[in-house]
Amino acid sequence: MSTIVLLAITGIGLGGLYFLVAAGLALIFGLMRVLNFAHGAFLLLGGYFAWLVGAYLAGGAATVSNLQFLAMLFVATLTGAVIGTLTELVLIRPLYRREIAQVLVTVGLTLVIGALVIGVWGADPKTFPVPAWVHRTTHVLGANVPNSRFLLIGAALAVLGALQLFLRRTRYGLIVRAGVENRTMVTAMGIDVRRAFTLVFALGGAVAGLGGALAGVNFGAVSPGLGTALLIDAFIVVVIGGLGSITGAALAALAVGLLQQFANYYIVGVGDLSIVLLLVLVLLVRPRGVLGSAT
Amino acid sequence: MLIVAIALVVVPFIDLPTAGILPDRLNAPGSLQLLGLCLVFGALAMTYDLLFGFTGLLSFGHALFFAAGAYTFVIAVTVLRLSGPAALGITVAVALLLPLAIGAVSLRTSGIAFAMVTLAFAQAGAVIVGQDPWHATGGELGLGMSYEKLPQFLVGVVNTRYLYWISLALLIMVAGIIWWISGSVTGRVWQAIRENERRVQILGLRPYTFKLLAFVSASFLAAMCGVAFVLLVGGVNPSIVSAEFTLTLLVMVVLGGAGTRWGALVGGIVYTFLDQRLVAMAGSQAFASLPAPLRVPLSQPLFILGVIFILVILFRPAGIVSLFSPPARRRE
Repeated sequence: MSTIVLLAITGIGLGGLYFLVAAGLALIFGLMRVLNFAHGAFLLLGGYFAWLVGAYLAGGAATVSNLQFLAMLFVATLTGAVIGTLTELVLIRPLYRREIAQVLVTVGLTLVIGALVIGVWGADPKTFPVPAWVHRTTHVLGANVPNSRFLLIGAALAVLGALQLFLRRTRYGLIVRAGVENRTMVTAMGIDVRRAFTLVFALGGAVAGLGGALAGVNFGAVSPGLGTALLIDAFIVVVIGGLGSITGAALAALAVGLLQQFANYYIVGVGDLSIVLLLVLVLLVRPRGVLGSAT
Repeated sequence: MLIVAIALVVVPFIDLPTAGILPDRLNAPGSLQLLGLCLVFGALAMTYDLLFGFTGLLSFGHALFFAAGAYTFVIAVTVLRLSGPAALGITVAVALLLPLAIGAVSLRTSGIAFAMVTLAFAQAGAVIVGQDPWHATGGELGLGMSYEKLPQFLVGVVNTRYLYWISLALLIMVAGIIWWISGSVTGRVWQAIRENERRVQILGLRPYTFKLLAFVSASFLAAMCGVAFVLLVGGVNPSIVSAEFTLTLLVMVVLGGAGTRWGALVGGIVYTFLDQRLVAMAGSQAFASLPAPLRVPLSQPLFILGVIFILVILFRPAGIVSLFSPPARRRE
């Protein structure tokens, strides 16, 4: 029983991490039809900037205070937002109407940022400082669950709530949602949909940056391979959930995280394979994803 | 073209200094291996272009078939201890059946979904290779090739020139097949599918069959490139199955110019050459005196290649080869 509880909570936590990466991807793809390969790089930069701030604040210690940790998360989010906005303005905007080229340019950006990170900070993993309570465990139904799992779940829920509030309750959220439904119509109504493009890149980048810091918490370190590793999982999540659907991404992230944890526990190493099989299955039965709209 | 081919054939007989462009004198083993690698990756980029540039299929799993050829051959020679021809026979069988099965399933989807299914299959391949459940692939460490069962002329550093000629022969074979097939009726249907698949369907052809044919041909040729690659390098490691490696192929093709006669080949050669040689350049004396903000990014080959790639997409969407040809037809 305690094993199942531990696996379930760890799986949900992993799902939360996947959701943080997948949410931005889903938003960007839904609105702009761009598969953003640079999303992993946003995450990577978020993680490294958080580590940079954390290492400075901790001054050599392995732990930081709660306030310092919040500062790290804030810096990661800000980093992601800034790099996302810049990417949209500098690289994506000149390539409107050339959708394949937009995808390719994000591939190029991934190479550049990945190489820069290795050049500046080296190829070795960097230990990620966290508050002391994150290292401790909490007793739940007979299982000792690491607190970092709850942190991931909490962050993912907060982001999901904030994104839903933004999409459902604000005017810009309305434009984004309308754009996902029918971009041509939104433009025809006289709304400059390009501002919404910049906005989703900023938002998606911010969430990915936060995801980078939390990935640092989850794995205990940040390393140059972090972005690509999580990006592929996030792609799988987004496609299963339905490209463009935030709720779909959340559900799929949960399913993928749980499946991976349980499969890995019962047969070592099958976790990665099982989510790939799930993806193939979903695509063959329902190519637009679980909650994707038919286009 | 003939002159270029002849020049490439006689390279191992020409003893010239290369002024640091190549690692050694022109016909030294190190230089020949690098040139051979450029030729193999040029050929591999052409096979990817057959899918992406000519048929319009954006696959993220092409590396899987290259790796399938490479791994099957190494495993057949090293683990199963088969002779060279027998190993090649098995590799050919795998190189035909694996893409047939994966293509038949993947091509039921299209567009982004197709890209994702192929990515998923490649990921599955990477997981299997990395975790090595049957103790054949050598896991994360990779596998060195045993040369016992191979003919003598393939063994040893002195014989690098034969490996170079094999690479060249492979490139000529791949380029010949691709140029021939893309000019044939089938090739024209492929290009028609790229431009407008529904129209091909309305004309009474089954795009699925043609796409599957393109997928299997490109994957088979990629697997043959894999065989040449292991002969040249002497082993395999899991990085050739990774999604990053497929992205590298995409970069090569677009860099050179997708869907053109020479683009992918030029892109593959230029990319491989820079990727290999920029590292050496970064270690040079003149380089160490640069200030850190310049030196750090420039010491990373992928940084330079990435920047070149982005600039090409923004300003030269038809690729490097378009620099040498008049701007004739514009195509989106």
